[in-house]
Amino acid sequence: MFSLSRKDFTLLAVFSVIVMTMPIWLQPLGAAYPGLMQKFVIYAIFAIGFNILFGLTGYLSFGHAAFLGVGSYTAVWSFKLLSMDMIPALFFAVVFAGIFALFIGFFSLRRSGIYFSILTLAFAQMSYSLAYSVLTPITNGETGLLIARDDPRAIDTMLGVGQSASGMPMPSLIGIELGGYGGFYICALVLIACFFLSQKIFASPFGMALRGIKSNPTRMIYTGFNTKPYMLTAFVISGMFAGLAGGLLAVTDPIAGAERMQWTESGNLVLMTILGGVGTLLGPVIGAWVIKYCENIFSAINTQMLNGFFEFLPDGVQSVAVTVMSKFVGEGWHLTLGLVFVLIVVFLPGGLVEGAEKLRHRFRRRSDTYDLAADAQEKRT
Amino acid sequence: MTAQAKAVAPDAVPGNIVLHVADVFKNFGGLKALSDIDLQVEEGTTHAIIGPNGAGKSTLLNVIIGRLPPTSGAVVFDGNVLTGMAPHEINQLGISRVFQTPEIFADLSVLNNVMAPAFARRDGAFRVNMFRAVMDEAEIRAEAEGLLREFGLYARREDHAGALSRGDKRRLELAMCLIQRPRLLLLDEPTAGMSRHDTNTTIELLKSIKSRGMTIVIIEHDMHVVFSLADRISVLAQGRLIASGPPQQVKDDPRVKEAYLGVPAE
Repeated sequence: MFSLSRKDFTLLAVFSVIVMTMPIWLQPLGAAYPGLMQKFVIYAIFAIGFNILFGLTGYLSFGHAAFLGVGSYTAVWSFKLLSMDMIPALFFAVVFAGIFALFIGFFSLRRSGIYFSILTLAFAQMSYSLAYSVLTPITNGETGLLIARDDPRAIDTMLGVGQSASGMPMPSLIGIELGGYGGFYICALVLIACFFLSQKIFASPFGMALRGIKSNPTRMIYTGFNTKPYMLTAFVISGMFAGLAGGLLAVTDPIAGAERMQWTESGNLVLMTILGGVGTLLGPVIGAWVIKYCENIFSAINTQMLNGFFEFLPDGVQSVAVTVMSKFVGEGWHLTLGLVFVLIVVFLPGGLVEGAEKLRHRFRRRSDTYDLAADAQEKRT
Repeated sequence: MTAQAKAVAPDAVPGNIVLHVADVFKNFGGLKALSDIDLQVEEGTTHAIIGPNGAGKSTLLNVIIGRLPPTSGAVVFDGNVLTGMAPHEINQLGISRVFQTPEIFADLSVLNNVMAPAFARRDGAFRVNMFRAVMDEAEIRAEAEGLLREFGLYARREDHAGALSRGDKRRLELAMCLIQRPRLLLLDEPTAGMSRHDTNTTIELLKSIKSRGMTIVIIEHDMHVVFSLADRISVLAQGRLIASGPPQQVKDDPRVKEAYLGVPAE
């Protein structure tokens, strides 16, 4: 049940090392602070789940942010009503997001292609509007759902877990408070587990059936597969991943707001997956990291930093360079992202992962030619 | 035993009517595509349906596999009324179909193309099987590889099926159907657009399948193919069944000559 092919196992091992050593290799990139690394890891989970739907079946959902939002709200309610422990919070986040996905998927999957995408988008925008208006008693509207010192927390009270004398209670895992690096490492472990699960799904007959639906739905039904429940299962699984990601966002920062459900968030998720490589195991993770990095680092660059960077240039040229570059950083980081996205889709439709594959092949071919040349040399002597 | 021997229909009883197309009519608006078709297919035989262009052959096949609902009448397979059933349910009863233009999984490897239908046979129409890798399913894999060897596609098992030649795609599709060990195999012009050489290879392949006791219904234009394979021939013309019987009898039937040559029988 937990076995992997040797290739997948190597990939999982390398992946785990990369994730766990993030605080080290992100240091020179200026991104090694816990708050940002938590985001890297959580959005990678979100993208992995999305890829199970979009990558395997080809159904493009534009409403996955809704499941993320549901996960966050559920987790915060679990903190308020049950316990500050993360386990029930994540459990209910996944379950509620799954139920929600079952409902939305049931209706959306009656159509395919662009109509499916529009339906998911419509449902997500509906959820977003509801969270802002009618559902204010549950979502606390614009302010966002917050925890308070005097929340009931039934389980904590029952077990006699006391609160610290001052300040807000913190989410915890079996009594250990999860701030900063602790929160990051917990999320990292969850990410590795999710990556493993996605490897299992990719290699399984279930994953093959999903790929078959993407490749040729006609052949699938005349081969005896009932494609509808397969699609719905994939949709619910990816919704549960999104709920898990939303729950983790609440664990690292116990607040839930409706803006998490907005369509731009769903759009970002699509960008992440395509940028990294649709249908590949690593692609969505890489895409999520690149976009979150740009969002947080590129957007923080200001004119002053650019001036410093271009100091070596003559005065006139420096000011021109700074003026041009400043359009692409800070507030304008979306411009950079858009350009990169266009370039990738045009020249590397398989995303960054395909780019890496191409490079690897080129190097291999070159080393092959060297080998041939060496062989020829040997024969001659 | 090899996969070859396994692919035989398990309990073929000669003389048993396995497929009964009973009084089927199919209208498209005012057009009568099929009128009063009554057809019985015996278990273990190869039954060819021939006819000039537009005679309704493909419509008949689509009615059988549930792609088109008949206007009236019914199709009965092995005691089950197929009318109103979903295509996957019909396949689960044991009917596999080869299409006129090969329907394969172009993005999957050749080996996976053959393995996928085997999962549908073993696990049914829907099963979430997430924790076992496809490649660890040794039994199904061996069976698929055996079939690929037999069909001359083994060397290409790792390639994307979309990269195969047209003839190879057709053979692949046939292998995909055979791994399901169907009780009835439907072939829609399996040699259309093939070279003479490929046609002959396909005939040999189909003969070997037939010799294992498989029940086959074949729609074909090419008389060479039909007379090499068929035990019985039914002739459709303008949506009506004008003749049905053993090849020689059909060949000599004056109505058939008329339908094909346009010469009135004297």
